[in-house]
Amino acid sequence: MSAVGGDRVTLPRVVAGEWIKLRSVRSNVVTLGAAAVVLVFFGAVFSLTADGEGVPRNPSGTLSDPVAISLGGADLAQLIVGVLGVLVAAGEYATGLIRTTFAAVGSRRTVLVGKVAAVGAAVAAVMAVATTVALVVGQALYAGDDPSVSLGDPNAARVIFGATAYLAGVAVIGVALGFVVRATAGAIGTLVGSLFILPNLLGLLPDGFADAVLPYFPSRAGASMMALAPGSDLLAVWPAFGVFTGWVVAALLAAMWLVSRRDA
Amino acid sequence: MIDVAHLSKRYGDTLAVDDLTFTVRPGVVTGFLGPNGSGKSTTMRVILGLDAPSDGTALVAGRRLAEHPAPLTVIGALLDARAVHGRRSAHDHLHALAVSNGLPRSRVGEVLDLVGLGEVARRAGGGLSLGMGQRLGIAAALLGDPGIVMLDEPVNGLDPEGIPWIRHLLQSLAREGRTVFVSSHLMSEMELMADHLVIIGRGRLIADLPARDLRAMASERTVAVRATEFHRLGEALRRDGVRIASTSSTDAEVTGLEAEEIGRIARDEGIALAALIPTQTTLEEIFMRLTADTIQYQGAPSIASEGATR
Repeated sequence: MSAVGGDRVTLPRVVAGEWIKLRSVRSNVVTLGAAAVVLVFFGAVFSLTADGEGVPRNPSGTLSDPVAISLGGADLAQLIVGVLGVLVAAGEYATGLIRTTFAAVGSRRTVLVGKVAAVGAAVAAVMAVATTVALVVGQALYAGDDPSVSLGDPNAARVIFGATAYLAGVAVIGVALGFVVRATAGAIGTLVGSLFILPNLLGLLPDGFADAVLPYFPSRAGASMMALAPGSDLLAVWPAFGVFTGWVVAALLAAMWLVSRRDA
Repeated sequence: MIDVAHLSKRYGDTLAVDDLTFTVRPGVVTGFLGPNGSGKSTTMRVILGLDAPSDGTALVAGRRLAEHPAPLTVIGALLDARAVHGRRSAHDHLHALAVSNGLPRSRVGEVLDLVGLGEVARRAGGGLSLGMGQRLGIAAALLGDPGIVMLDEPVNGLDPEGIPWIRHLLQSLAREGRTVFVSSHLMSEMELMADHLVIIGRGRLIADLPARDLRAMASERTVAVRATEFHRLGEALRRDGVRIASTSSTDAEVTGLEAEEIGRIARDEGIALAALIPTQTTLEEIFMRLTADTIQYQGAPSIASEGATR
């Protein structure tokens, strides 16, 4: 009956549609930009004011993680990109647009994957650039006495990759939470709670238990991923990648299961 | 074509749709009528695959919606005109939908012009009036040039000139051979628009018939009669094909006799008439009568009517 073409719905097409939705709302663009600015700005400030005291050191006296200061803005940036992910998903439930989207695409899982891919790719692209800039600028401004890290350093690429992957992963977790909770405020609360509050609360428990469990929390695993050399209280780098990936996958599986089962 | 077969939908303890069966055919405008809360929107959501049925099936063009490769080219629907992002332009809203179904970008401009929103294409959703929002929703429904068009209360919020506009639009879509399914809780709108009517109440099918058959029911004339000695008049009026509905000891509605004849009978019996008023039942009243015992959310009677003698 349809005379205007209209081919089948495919995942690339759904991703393209989600990308249009993402970039066509100015506040989304501003939010992503703000995350980048925050990352670079705070990294620069921390690096400029760092005097080498109070930061973790190796027994030999050198900084155990010179880049931690330059990427200090990531603590705030992760919150911003996580909220962006939540808004992309929960925002449609708030307006009821989600019903139009589901009815147009047919498969709800495709909608979920489409949003995840669009947001994840956008955040990864922007954060890769921002992380690189933060590292370069931060290390250039570093006021302490210890040697700094340059881009040519063997581990620099991995640090940039780790930070990018972590921040993109948090955004993806935000999307998944948006689909699970279906309300903006609740999803953001869950996001903030699991990234910040829960790990801090855990510090109240007996030392042995907290020390064993804490490194596996998503934000702590992320700290390992973007550290030059993770401290002894964190997981080693590649196990941390695995643990964080597990969190992202778990959030996505929960979202997929609920989205298919519940009424829209 | 939309096929609903033994459809039931339960939300917790409430049975919103109860064993509903009907077919919406192409080529005519089918009105979906029922009081508020009768299950119309629920039925439409199930047709679109948004809610899963508790029992039964709802198929569009022979399959469940999710089984069609490009749903927007099969069925275009408007459920809620406010379902747009407040900060996204009308154009981008439609563009994103078009892209997901592999539709060309040119289609966006075409449907915007078709519904008269061409000039405000760049305006954000939040800046559209309710009427413009309805038009945007209709544009989205027509984006894929679908064989089935389904609109939930599309006339809500339209300007006075918008109502005949949408009537002509829907009728021309039906003439092109499409299936047009429009819901409303007001018979007065449907009267001019619909060729076929599906009427539900409390989730159950009440009537599924061509509009002209419903109009035929309405053409029966009723006469309101008041006489102090109505009991005697009632006896004299009683005969085959005459229905008398008493509303009090002196008042009744008589169906099946012309007013003049009732007057003659009263004169022959020597009974004085206090009132003799012929009335034409409208479709609205037929609809009210059919759905009277299914209205779930009824306001309390106003003080003025409580003291009336009827």
